[in-house]
Amino acid sequence: MVAIAESVPKPASRFRFILDRRDVLGSFMVAPAILYVLLLVGVPFLMAVYYSLSAYTIYDPSWSFVGLANFEDILEDPMFRQTLYNTFIFTFGSQFLGLILGKFGALVLLRPFPGRKFVRALVILPWAVPVALATVAWQWMFDSLYSVINWSFIAMGLITREQAPNWLGTADLAMFSVIVVNAWRFFPFAIVIFLAGITAIPQDVLDAATVDGAGFWRRNYQIIMPMILPIVAIGLIFGIVFTFTDLSIVFLMTMGGPVGATSVLGFAGFQTGITSGDVSHGAAISLFMLPVLLVVVIFMLRFIRRRDI
Amino acid sequence: MAAVLTRDIVKKFGEVPAVNGISLTVPDGEFMVLLGPSGCGKTTFLRIICGLERQTSGDLMIGGDLVNDIPPRARGVAMMFQSYGLYPHFTVRNNIAFPLKTQSVARAEIDKKVAWASQLLGIGHLLDRRPRQLSGGERQRVALARALVREPTVLLLDEPLSNLDAKLRASARLEIKQFQQRVGITTIYVTHDQVEAMGMGDRIAVIDYGQVRQVGTPTEIYDDPADRFVATFVGTPPMNIVAKNGGYLGFRPENFLPKEMMGDEACSEFKFRVDRSEYLGSERIVYGAMEGFDPKQVITAKLPPAHVADEWIRPGEWHSFAVRNSALRNFDKDGNRASRH
Repeated sequence: MVAIAESVPKPASRFRFILDRRDVLGSFMVAPAILYVLLLVGVPFLMAVYYSLSAYTIYDPSWSFVGLANFEDILEDPMFRQTLYNTFIFTFGSQFLGLILGKFGALVLLRPFPGRKFVRALVILPWAVPVALATVAWQWMFDSLYSVINWSFIAMGLITREQAPNWLGTADLAMFSVIVVNAWRFFPFAIVIFLAGITAIPQDVLDAATVDGAGFWRRNYQIIMPMILPIVAIGLIFGIVFTFTDLSIVFLMTMGGPVGATSVLGFAGFQTGITSGDVSHGAAISLFMLPVLLVVVIFMLRFIRRRDI
Repeated sequence: MAAVLTRDIVKKFGEVPAVNGISLTVPDGEFMVLLGPSGCGKTTFLRIICGLERQTSGDLMIGGDLVNDIPPRARGVAMMFQSYGLYPHFTVRNNIAFPLKTQSVARAEIDKKVAWASQLLGIGHLLDRRPRQLSGGERQRVALARALVREPTVLLLDEPLSNLDAKLRASARLEIKQFQQRVGITTIYVTHDQVEAMGMGDRIAVIDYGQVRQVGTPTEIYDDPADRFVATFVGTPPMNIVAKNGGYLGFRPENFLPKEMMGDEACSEFKFRVDRSEYLGSERIVYGAMEGFDPKQVITAKLPPAHVADEWIRPGEWHSFAVRNSALRNFDKDGNRASRH
């Protein structure tokens, strides 16, 4: 007879398989990202909120609470209202231009032609080149004396030396110039977004539209565009958020000039809060981005959810 | 309604011919099936007929008109795609209405025709849904309604049943066939499934390597295959082909029966060694080799199980089998039919 030793069940530690549980492992993995956001975004954000409600300057670092006085101050300032307006023009102008360029670029790059791979790589350049470097190049192109754009127009006989526009010295032209540069930086991203969207459309759907009698435009605007809208909307959210908060191009090209014609929120906040040391007003200016971005993001996300296909 | 006539259609992608000279006549109202293995060029040929591809050379006539340079929308053909190609962002109603909207048909007329097409296919209750809310069978019907709403002269179907499960496929097969007979529209149906081809086609064109190997009724294709390819492509299990006298001899597995089951008809007798036997309920498939032929070549016999008991046929046994002479098919050394009975 064989005696079978009674196996004594070892009391399993409650924590032995803790990492096998999805919920525990999930929170464990996501914790660094949450910590990162809380510490490096959340804390500075709360500080900015507090600064904007205080009278804090670098000359008088008192934390005295002044309520909404800073917001009243900046709203009464016509320069600020101009800046707010500029920010919208700058953001939506460059996104609009960038999307159009992106759509056409994508359509061109979808067709096979010799050297397409090379062109595809080249197209990404505006996005990849450091913004400071690219902006300096653009600054020369828009220079009042040495502008290669003006030089070309004169050489083509379209304008004379005297009529040559002063790109960065005229209010409207300066805004146009920074929009062009930003659109130029944004459009490779738009191309990638459009390419991803268009290539994801099943060929059967496009063929069906062709057989159903849809020509190029109808295919584009009734089939392709609605189908890629969700992914384009995502791209647009990114574009709007990045552009609305951007100050680099304005800072490098025009310094908000001439006479504040190209000043945008990020730039104005930096100038007031950091350069001039008026931290509380700078924070108030910067916080004006928040409601706008919040509305944009909520609107876009709802829009995407409503028409997911 | 219209007849479709193609003359020596060639389509090359680079140097590779996908369609290599197909001449085919599909009379008005016929249900023609293009049958072939995947990659044989049948879908390319269909796309040429509807105008999505331009043939490298050759002529295409629809309803007596040369349509080589006519764009798809003006050819009066409708096509149903393998994955249906429904517009995911449109409701079923707008999907069906789309071909009419592109032709600037009046609003009231569109409503009338959408109602007609949806009633014809029994999808009236689905009109306000979107494609992703539909089952596979419903999607297929919506695609068919969208194809028919324009009242095309020719209906082109590209493997329309391949996305359905087996059960649904059988009923959809019947539905499409009945529907085609009721409407009487000239139909060209592409498939690689011989059951669909045999069951639905008025005639079948068997295609391989971009060429038509044989055109004929299902009976002709099955009983009188024009060459070895057709003989072995159609039929499950395929026709047995053995080398004989420099040519080939072919016979269908269901004609290869025990000698005792033969009547008085003239027949050829073979010694058959049983290697393996499968009982499939309605039939018994027996695999083995024949004496006097390549011993490695697997010969199949399809026996009625009611007549052949389990213990009668065992692996390793030799039996006397025979084929009626009228069921024997001879092919020459190139694989073409040598003589016809």
